[in-house]
Order: sequence, then structure tokens, then C-alpha cells
Amino acid sequence: MTPTRGAVPPPAHPGPAGADASTATPPAPASGPVLSVRELSVRFHTEDGTVSAVDRVDLDVAAGEIVAIVGESGCGKSVTSLALAGLLPPTARVEGSVRLRDQELVGAPERLLRPLRGRDIAYVFQEPMTSLNPVLTIGRQITEVLQVHQRLGRAAARERAIALLKLVGIPSPERRVDEYPHQLSGGMRQRVVIAMAVACDPTVLVADEPTTALDVTVQAGILDVLRDLRTRLGTAVLLITHDLGVVADIADRVVVMYAGRVVEQAPVHQLFARPRHPYTHALLGAIPTARRGSDHRLREIPGLVPVFAEPSDNCAFADRCPNADELCRSSTPPLEPVKGGQTTNPLHSHQFACWHPTTPPVEAR
Amino acid sequence: MTTATPRSTAPSTPGSRQPVEPAPPVLELDNLVMHFGPVRAVDGVSLTIHRGTVVALVGESGSGKSTVGRCVVRLHRPTSGTIRLNGTDITHLGRRALRPHRRELAIVFQDPASSLDPRLTVGAIVGEPLRLLRLAANRRQREQAVVEALRKVGLGVEYLHRYPHELSGGQRQRVSLARALVSSPSLLIADEPTSALDVSVQASVLNLLTDLQRDLGFACLFITHNLPAVEYLADEVAVMYLGQLVEHGPAAAIFATPMHPYTQALLSAAPLPDPVEQRERTRVVLRGDIPSAVEPPSGCRFHTRCPVAVKRCAVEVPAARQVAGRRVSCHLVDADGSGPDIRVAGQSGTAGVPALRREEASP
Amino acid sequence: MSGADPTLAETDWSAGTAPATGASLRGRRVVRRLARNPLAVSGFVVLCAALLGGVLAGVVAPYAPDQVQFDAAFSPPGTPGHLLGTDDLGRDLASRILFGLRSSLEASVLAVAVALAAGVPLGLAAGYLPVLDAVISRLTDLVLAFPFLILAVGLAAIRGPSLTNAALAIGIAQIPGIVRVVRGETLRLKALDFVAAAIASSASDAWVLARHILPNAMSAIIVQATVAIPVAILGEAVLSFLGLGIRPPQPSLGTMLADAQQYAERAPWTAVVPGVAIMVVTLAFNLFGDGLRDALDPRGGGR
Repeated sequence: MTPTRGAVPPPAHPGPAGADASTATPPAPASGPVLSVRELSVRFHTEDGTVSAVDRVDLDVAAGEIVAIVGESGCGKSVTSLALAGLLPPTARVEGSVRLRDQELVGAPERLLRPLRGRDIAYVFQEPMTSLNPVLTIGRQITEVLQVHQRLGRAAARERAIALLKLVGIPSPERRVDEYPHQLSGGMRQRVVIAMAVACDPTVLVADEPTTALDVTVQAGILDVLRDLRTRLGTAVLLITHDLGVVADIADRVVVMYAGRVVEQAPVHQLFARPRHPYTHALLGAIPTARRGSDHRLREIPGLVPVFAEPSDNCAFADRCPNADELCRSSTPPLEPVKGGQTTNPLHSHQFACWHPTTPPVEAR
Repeated sequence: MTTATPRSTAPSTPGSRQPVEPAPPVLELDNLVMHFGPVRAVDGVSLTIHRGTVVALVGESGSGKSTVGRCVVRLHRPTSGTIRLNGTDITHLGRRALRPHRRELAIVFQDPASSLDPRLTVGAIVGEPLRLLRLAANRRQREQAVVEALRKVGLGVEYLHRYPHELSGGQRQRVSLARALVSSPSLLIADEPTSALDVSVQASVLNLLTDLQRDLGFACLFITHNLPAVEYLADEVAVMYLGQLVEHGPAAAIFATPMHPYTQALLSAAPLPDPVEQRERTRVVLRGDIPSAVEPPSGCRFHTRCPVAVKRCAVEVPAARQVAGRRVSCHLVDADGSGPDIRVAGQSGTAGVPALRREEASP
Repeated sequence: MSGADPTLAETDWSAGTAPATGASLRGRRVVRRLARNPLAVSGFVVLCAALLGGVLAGVVAPYAPDQVQFDAAFSPPGTPGHLLGTDDLGRDLASRILFGLRSSLEASVLAVAVALAAGVPLGLAAGYLPVLDAVISRLTDLVLAFPFLILAVGLAAIRGPSLTNAALAIGIAQIPGIVRVVRGETLRLKALDFVAAAIASSASDAWVLARHILPNAMSAIIVQATVAIPVAILGEAVLSFLGLGIRPPQPSLGTMLADAQQYAERAPWTAVVPGVAIMVVTLAFNLFGDGLRDALDPRGGGR
């Protein structure tokens, strides 16, 4: 999956014959994950004290895999994603390990990180309008990325920019390439941002709430683009979101975070069918589906997300959990696989961190 | 606090107190139009809300749904059309004349951060409508009403002296609700009340809204783009596109068998939180962008993006017709309710498309 | 803890109950943030000293400001009995500085008061009512087109020299700055949902402005005022220097500077002392004002 220069990257992994993009199974992890996160912790030193935003997160993403990090505000998912490429403000202290292929990123000096950003690990953020420079044409913004990282000449860069716009599904790309961001709709802009992100065929694409600011009819198109890129370019995608519908649509594996910790990880079907952690259970139960009046109240979680100054030795969810007991409040449950769920790579099995996991399946919808 | 509702009674024989005519609907919008200069935000919306019903107004950005809500509480003066509240035309009333009617109306906004004045205590915020609407005789009465309103939304007396910045997003939305309900309105406009909240907090606010609506009996115009919440909460659904209503009917029916192609697209686009079901669905991806509200497309405004549009759609504005228990504005929907279903794979744009698949209505 | 920062969750130290404090928490926060800023703190200390010195001049000053002592004329600083030296008439400079400070502060506070009294209502009106905005903004642009000091000098020259006229002139020249800030805040606040909620509950324009907009604009106004005072002090000094402001025998830092011009070579301290006094007070106000703005700034969680 080496980046090809100056040409549209060929489809890297042809899926099973006849399958369409939405049901194509991701290519099996070739030789291990392309992004490997171990014991990642992030602490912020603010004027009001220290805040432990991320606490010992472990995470793997394989080539061509879409991993979704799910959680509500304050869970640390965005901080985790920014920590990968060293994009946090100077008040943050990052510990642990982030390996992109064989390159260690935590603690690496700027001169090593800067060439990686955009070329090996690229980001797509929530607000397309603020991600694009309003005074430059979109063609210019894409070619800029190409010229910086791949040293393409102007004509070659422009051709590739047009090819990239076509890749993300923008109609009439030869015309659009000379337009300005304000001439495009929100969905189009987000496609342009994605095109810029994949311009250098990065190993990992980190998308932080890429569809949250978009209308729902446009959202489906963006998710299609991400799925398509995964299949055709073999890009590993780390998707940050709070929307479980998006997760159900596109993710291969799901990581659930709460108060800076990973509380459950599983392949997507297993997570929705049989969640083990009470928080995951509550999250799924909070989504409205049934008609009211059928005695089905949405599941509420009493209390608020805690903020820890230092990582504490207890279950972060204990105060709000209906099953919590002394054990939960006095020691941190470790991340463990479900019974009989081990695979060769423990990070690809279904794991959860709870002393008293829930076992019944989620109510049928 | 009792609400004074105008009731028309026919002359009755002494001893019998039966009103002959039913009370008028809480809200009647008749061809409401709101233009902001060249922007035609709302272009002819007609809608009736009956007492105690929850009507969801759904649409995407540019649909004009928020503007409708703001017009109903007279934050704007409509360009044309009428707004009738409990039978009274309030479209052009001045502030003083409007005051007695405003106690029947209340609005809750989307952003908990900007809905509450950061300089006022919760008690002052919730009490303000009572002062403005002259609904409490003295301070003590006012405080009692405020405490009662806070209790209804699940906040105790200790919240009276707190400031908004000390509260979480969910708590702030509760305060907004308390402020809205303190005057015992007959109509609550909820403009995206849960969109800025986390899923678990949304759940508690939606539960609260359901409980309050059931206990207090107010009608609710629930403006949102969050379709699962609509399915959970609403009695009726009205779908807006680019300033106009395209479909309006009972929620169960609309979710089971949406007739207008845009409604179908909207419903199919909202992802289900179930990977098996979600990945088996046919996805509808509308082509093109939402057109500008300054120069909306001719004829049916949706025709530029509609996969089954025909020539007539670009030329003639479809009239709103009463079809199979709901109102639809689409040329391709017949009088018996059959029409295109763009969610079925293989649909293309010509007349004579296969009849709508009739699915079981969900319970 | 404020919930303004989305990456750090709202605090809940005991699950379920909100912290039981009031606005004092916010005020304390601002004070704490100020206290951490050494420049702001030094500015504040100097300010207080200047204010106290000016107010208590009659008590604290070792001599009367116009007490002439010919035999002690031109004594350099450090002469026993005259800490900062004396001027051409033997008047004690330290005492004159104190009384001069009082005049300067009087004039500048009066000037800023005038600017606020006119500027705040104009700013509110311009921000809230688009019709009035057109007129008011054009007027402020007109006034702003004149360089500040030229305007002040012109106004003072028309009315004749005196402390009040100088204060008036400077105040008028500062009105556009206040109008601009207040108008900006009004426009921003007008668009917020809590204003819409008040209007939907039948609030009149006056109610909205007085109860919602003005209180929320106060931080910006205070900061602007704190920064306007040193401008006024300087302005008064210039006007007095030019003979258009405070007239002798009332002492003024500006007139002290003016009188000292002729003795610059022979007794430089007669010019340096008042000059440094002006500089120090102005600097103190500026540092404090900047610190106050930073402490109140929403980026730091102040709103």
C-alpha cells in the first residue's frame, strides 16, 4: 500500500466479487495494526488544577479498518485523537506510546512529527467551513498539500487534485477545482476536506465528528465516501463520534470511552447485540426508537460525568451505575475479554472493564 | 394558574352547562409567509395544532422550521398570512395587545449556553415571565410559582440561587423548560431542545418533556431534525423543505408509509442504531445541494433533487391535498395514497412507478 | 466550575448535586486570575498608592503645594526636607506632585464619567435599533476622524481653560471609543437566545436593554473605562501643558511640566519628576486595565 506518486491510487483491496461498498468486509489485518496506541494518558495543567483527560487508553487500528471511538462530552475521545499527532496545546502532558507503523510519536520532536502530519496521518474535523481557507480556491488548497508533501509540480498537482475531487464524489471536478469554499454546500466542503486529507494517501485518517454539523441527508454521502476510501485505498480510519447510528452504519470495531478510559471495545455487531458494560448498555437504551405510550422510557443516567484531577483507583462509572458496589468504588476494573472471546490479537476481541457486567442481550427493537 | 381560554358557548337552557362548539385549536397557521429581505425563509405554511397534541416540525437546514417557531411567538412580524392562537388573530398585534396572549405561549431554545442570562440567578430567570406578563400579585406568589415550576422539572429549591454557569447542559435545559412552563401555557414551542445535549442527557430531557406534556396537557410544536426523538414523542409530523410543508400527518402513518419522496429520503437517511438493520437498508442519497432560499426552484421546490421528478414537477407547484388521512404536496401521489417509493432499489424517474410498499405500522 | 470548555466535562464533585456557591465564585475567579498576573498586581498597587496619595494629599503632603520658599529654590532631590527636590520658587515637588495627582485624577475621572454618561446610552441605542445605528455610527465616525488631542485642544480652546472644561473636552473626545465598544457588545448580546426568550415573554426594549444587555456588557465597559482613564490623564496633562487646562495656582502635573521647560538644563529634576509621575500612573492604569481584561475574558472562562 505504498503511496503512488502523481496518479490516482489503484484500488488496493478488491472486495468479494459482486459485493457493494456498504457490505464489503474489510481486508484482514495483514501484519498487525498500522496504528498502535498503548497506555496513552493525557493530563492538562490548567489554572484551576490538573485534569486527567485520558487515562491509559489502548487502541489498535489495522489497515482498511474503520474503528469508531464513541462517547459523550468529556469522555476524552477528541483529546485522544489530537494526542496521536501531537496536536494538543502546551498545557497537555502526554504519556504512553503511539506507534504509527514503526514510528513512535509520543515525545517525538516537532521536526519528526511535522512531515508525518498530512502525509501519514491526516485529520478531518467537524466544521468544514473553518477547515477551509475562505480566500483560496479549493484546488489551491489541495495542491498546496501535494506540493508540500510530495513536491509535485503545479500541473501535476492540479491533475491530481481533480482526480481526488472525483474520488470523493464531487460532480464536475474540473469546474469545482477553481471555486471557493463559500460556493459549495456544507456536504461538498466536507468532501473537499476529506480529499485534502487523503491527498497523500495517509496510513491513518482521523475523522473527528465529520458529519455532526451536516444535515442527515448529506451525512449518508460523507459516510459513503469514508467507506469507499477504506475499500479502495486501504486507509485505516479512526472515527470519533457520539452518534451510535453512524457507528452502526460504518464502523468495523467500536471503542467506548467514559471519563477518559476505555470501558468496552468490540466488533460492531457484538457491541450492539450484547454489550457488557453498564454504560454501553445505558447509552444504547437512551436512544429513542419505540413509540411513547408503550411504557418504554428512555434510559437515563443520573448524575454527571466526573472530572478526575489524577487517575483514581476506582471504576469511573461507579457513582452512576445501578450495579455498583464497594469493589467498584475501590479498584479499577481491568479491560478483559468476554469468556470464550479470545482471538490471536486480544485487541480484536470483545473486551470490557467492569466488575459486574450485564449479561442479558439488549431488548429487541 | 388557570389559563383563560376563549370558549364559545351557544345559548343553553338554565341548568345545563354544555358548550355546543368545541374549543378552537390551540394554533392555526394560515399561509404563513416570512421573508427576510430576499431570503424566503417561510413561504406559505398552513398548519393546525389541536389542544394537547405534539406536532413535530422536521426539516434540515434551510427548511425554515425554526423561523416558523419564532414567528408563532411573534419574535418576528410575519410578512403575510395569519397566526391564530386559541381563536384570536395575533399576527399583527402590538406588544401591549399581545401580552395577555403571550402567557399561552412559551418557547425553549436549542443552545443551553445562550438560553439563560449568565448574570441572573435561576430564580430570577424563571420568575421573569411572571413579572413581564403580570401573572403574580406579589413577590411571594412569584417565588412560590417559581419553586413549583422548578419542582416540576426536577430541580429542588436549592437551585433558586444558582447561576447558569454552575449548571450542566441538561440542568440548563430544565431551567429553560421551567421558565417556559411557569405561566402554564397552552402551547410550547421547543426549538431543537435536545440537539446540543449528549445522548444520555437527551434521554432525560425527552422523558421530562413527555411526562410534563402528559401531566400538564399543553400542546407542543417540536422543531427538530432528530427523527428518532420525533418517533418517540410526536403525535403528528409535519415535514418542511425550503420554506414549505411537503407532508403532514399522524406520526405512526408517516413513519410507516411516508408518501412524499423527500420524507422518504429523510427517513432513510437517519441511521438506525442497529448495524444489522442499518447495513441491509437501501440508502437514498439525494443528488445536488439544498438550493438557496433566495431563488427557490420553480414548481415543486424539491424537483431539483428528486430522483423521480417528472416534467410537470418543474413547472407546476403541487397543491397540498388531503390523501389517506394526511396532507401531501406531490404530483406523483395519487388520491388513494399510492405513489413512488424512492427507497426501493431500482426506482427511476418516470410516471407509472410501482405502488408504495405497505409496511406494518409500528406499535 | 464553568461549563464553557467542551473538552473538559462539567464538574461534579459529589455526584448529582451542583456546587453550592453563587456569583462569588465567578468574582473570586476573576480576582484569583488577576492576582496571578504580576504586572496587573503591580499596576494595582501603584494605582492604589496614587489614589490614596491624591485623595489624602492634604494630610500626607509635607508642605502646602504653593508654599514658596525662595531660599530653598532649585534644591535637587534628596535634599533633607525635600525628597523630590524643589522648583524655581522653592515649592516642594513631592507635595506638588501629590496635589497635582489629585487634580489629574479629578479631571480624568470626570472626563471618563462624561464619556460613559453619553457613550453608553448611545452605544446601546446604536446596537439595538438599526435605524438609530445609521445616524449614531456616522456621527461617531465623524468625531473619530479628528485626532484625539486636536479635538480636545480645540474644544478646550473654545471654552477657555479650567479643570472642568478640560475634563469636558477630553470626555467628549472619548465618547466614540465607548460607543464603539458598547455597540459591539449590544449587537452580540442581542442575538443570544435569552434575549429572544425575554422578548417572547413580552419584554419591552427598555426592559431588555436595562436588565439583560447592560449588565452583560458591564465587563467590557469597565475595561474600557479603566483604559480610558490614563488616556484622560495624559490628555489633561497635555492640555494643562498648553495652558488650556488647569490654571495656576492649582497644581497640575501638566503645568509643572510646562513651567519646568525653561529650567531644563539647570534643574532637570523639575521636569523629570512630574514627567515620571505621569508615566508611572498612566502605566499603572494600563497594566491593571489589561490584566482586568484578561481576567474577564471568555477564553479564560470568565463569562
